[in-house]
Amino acid sequence: MSSTALAVEVRDLVNRFGQQVVHDELNMSVRHGEIFGIVGGSGSGKSVLLRTILGLHAPRAGEVLINGDVITGLNSAELLHVKRRYGVTFQHGALFSSLTVLENIELPMLEALGLPESVIRGLSLQKLRLVGLPDDAGMKFPAQLSGGMVKRAALARALALDPTLLFLDEPTAGLDPISAGHFDELLVYLKRTLDLTVVMVTHDLDTIYRTCDRIGVIVDGRMISDTLDGISQHAHPWIREYFHGARSRAAQGA
Amino acid sequence: MSISVETLDDGSRLTIQGRWTAIDAAARLQAVDECQLAATRLEFVNHLEALDLTGAFLLRRLEIRAELQGGAVCWVPSRPELLGFTDSLNAAGADAVPELAREPSIGVTLPLDRLGRWAVQGGEAVRNVVDFLGRIYAVLGRALRYPSGLRPRSIVRQVHETGLQAFPIVALIAFLISVIVAYIGAQELKQFGAQPFVVDLVTTSVLRELGVLLTAIIVAGRSGSAFAAEIGAMKLNEEVDALQAIGLNPIEILVLPRVLGLVIAMPLLTIIADAMGLAGGAVLSWLIVDIPFNQFLIRMQEAMAPTTFWAGLIKAPVFAFLIALVGTYRGLQVRNTSRELGRLTTVAVVESIFLVLLADAIFAVIFWELDF
Repeated sequence: MSSTALAVEVRDLVNRFGQQVVHDELNMSVRHGEIFGIVGGSGSGKSVLLRTILGLHAPRAGEVLINGDVITGLNSAELLHVKRRYGVTFQHGALFSSLTVLENIELPMLEALGLPESVIRGLSLQKLRLVGLPDDAGMKFPAQLSGGMVKRAALARALALDPTLLFLDEPTAGLDPISAGHFDELLVYLKRTLDLTVVMVTHDLDTIYRTCDRIGVIVDGRMISDTLDGISQHAHPWIREYFHGARSRAAQGA
Repeated sequence: MSISVETLDDGSRLTIQGRWTAIDAAARLQAVDECQLAATRLEFVNHLEALDLTGAFLLRRLEIRAELQGGAVCWVPSRPELLGFTDSLNAAGADAVPELAREPSIGVTLPLDRLGRWAVQGGEAVRNVVDFLGRIYAVLGRALRYPSGLRPRSIVRQVHETGLQAFPIVALIAFLISVIVAYIGAQELKQFGAQPFVVDLVTTSVLRELGVLLTAIIVAGRSGSAFAAEIGAMKLNEEVDALQAIGLNPIEILVLPRVLGLVIAMPLLTIIADAMGLAGGAVLSWLIVDIPFNQFLIRMQEAMAPTTFWAGLIKAPVFAFLIALVGTYRGLQVRNTSRELGRLTTVAVVESIFLVLLADAIFAVIFWELDF
């Protein structure tokens, strides 16, 4: 892994479902240490792109590189090795409902680290505090948490193995603006402190303005990526609409 | 080595080197717990290649160990920045576990506590079952006055899924069981030279008991569990709440069609089981006892009282009602976790089989008293 390599790179990705072309030679690159936001209309293939990068979906053509290693076409054992190096949160948290929050955070640690349970408990507590949850939240079950706490707990689980790369699927969806704002601050803070690279699918314009270094917009099966200033000057009608609509102006003004 | 120790004049020097990250955590923990620390000045030399939060946690563990042994730690050239950052996160100490609210667990209080909880839960359970039954009757009563509320489409779907699709398995099992009964019966009766009575044995046992009971047990395992799992998953997905919010009654939409569908399907399945059971008996009688089919039919009709067939069939709708009731009730009880779903599905099957057997015993007593 050389430091000049990109954190995530997608080359000429093609995804088709029946007649419907989702990705048509899509290219994407995420540099080390940036927060990269993936934006697109409903049905534009944001989730499929994320699932492809995570190795949950085999693409029709094209390849995905993580830290310079091609991961498309790896067998499951090789893929597991790559998976240990990144963290993922899902849109609805996907916390295991029959485990407490601490047990959720401990699960990947117990599987991967080979440490005794007393040490693991200390580590999972560290992660719990890292995302700003109180200690007693650790003993609760996911169903007992508020939406914002679920998102934080999911982030703590994603950070369990201290990855340098994080994938977040709609991390602030369904949160009230204040909680979402706190989450954005947390994300920027963690990125700075832990030197993380973050790839985030989001619809939340506030989050985009507050956190993202660069944005990739999926339009017509391809990705147009640029900095925030650059992308908002882009001529594509959907992008204009997205970044210059009423909601966007409100978010920019905030 | 990730930690190497040198002895100095006024203490010791620990050179900490290499990658202190989550992937290497097991080896680093071993190094931390095994290295020799003395109650002197300890100089920690920072030669780290990489450090993450897990590594910082382990370094903090090393510092705490050193301090507990009375050593004075100083970092050269400086303490890692990330270690300083984690001080607040590791605040309670490396091995600390938060105080948990636990249930009372000692002495006299525990049995009393259990008994109290058990009594309260038992009372609640009874009230819930009565409440559930009441709702069903209320919905049923309304549906009978306005038959459109019966949702014939749903009922037909349930009859299809719980009845038609269960035909092959019910038929096969009824056939096999009655072959076994006839075989054992023939062996025992042979001692008395009463082998032809195998026909009576098969006819009575299959029609009165085995047919309907086997069907009920298969249906409980197949459909009772399906009811609980299906409705339970809908509960977890907030679909039941959605129904209520739209203004639809979950009992009317989810419970009643399943109950009525099964009440229709079970007697049909029982008739199939009866027929296949008799067929199994006939085949075995022909093969082992040399009773040809026409003889078997004649003897069978002699062995049957007018009530034999009905004594079995009349139980089918009752069993169906119990199975559907338990399945849907347990399904609606699912809350919050997928483990609940599994537990309550199991409970549904176990309870419905138990209730079916209990009801069968009560039927036996009633039939005995009535000479039915």
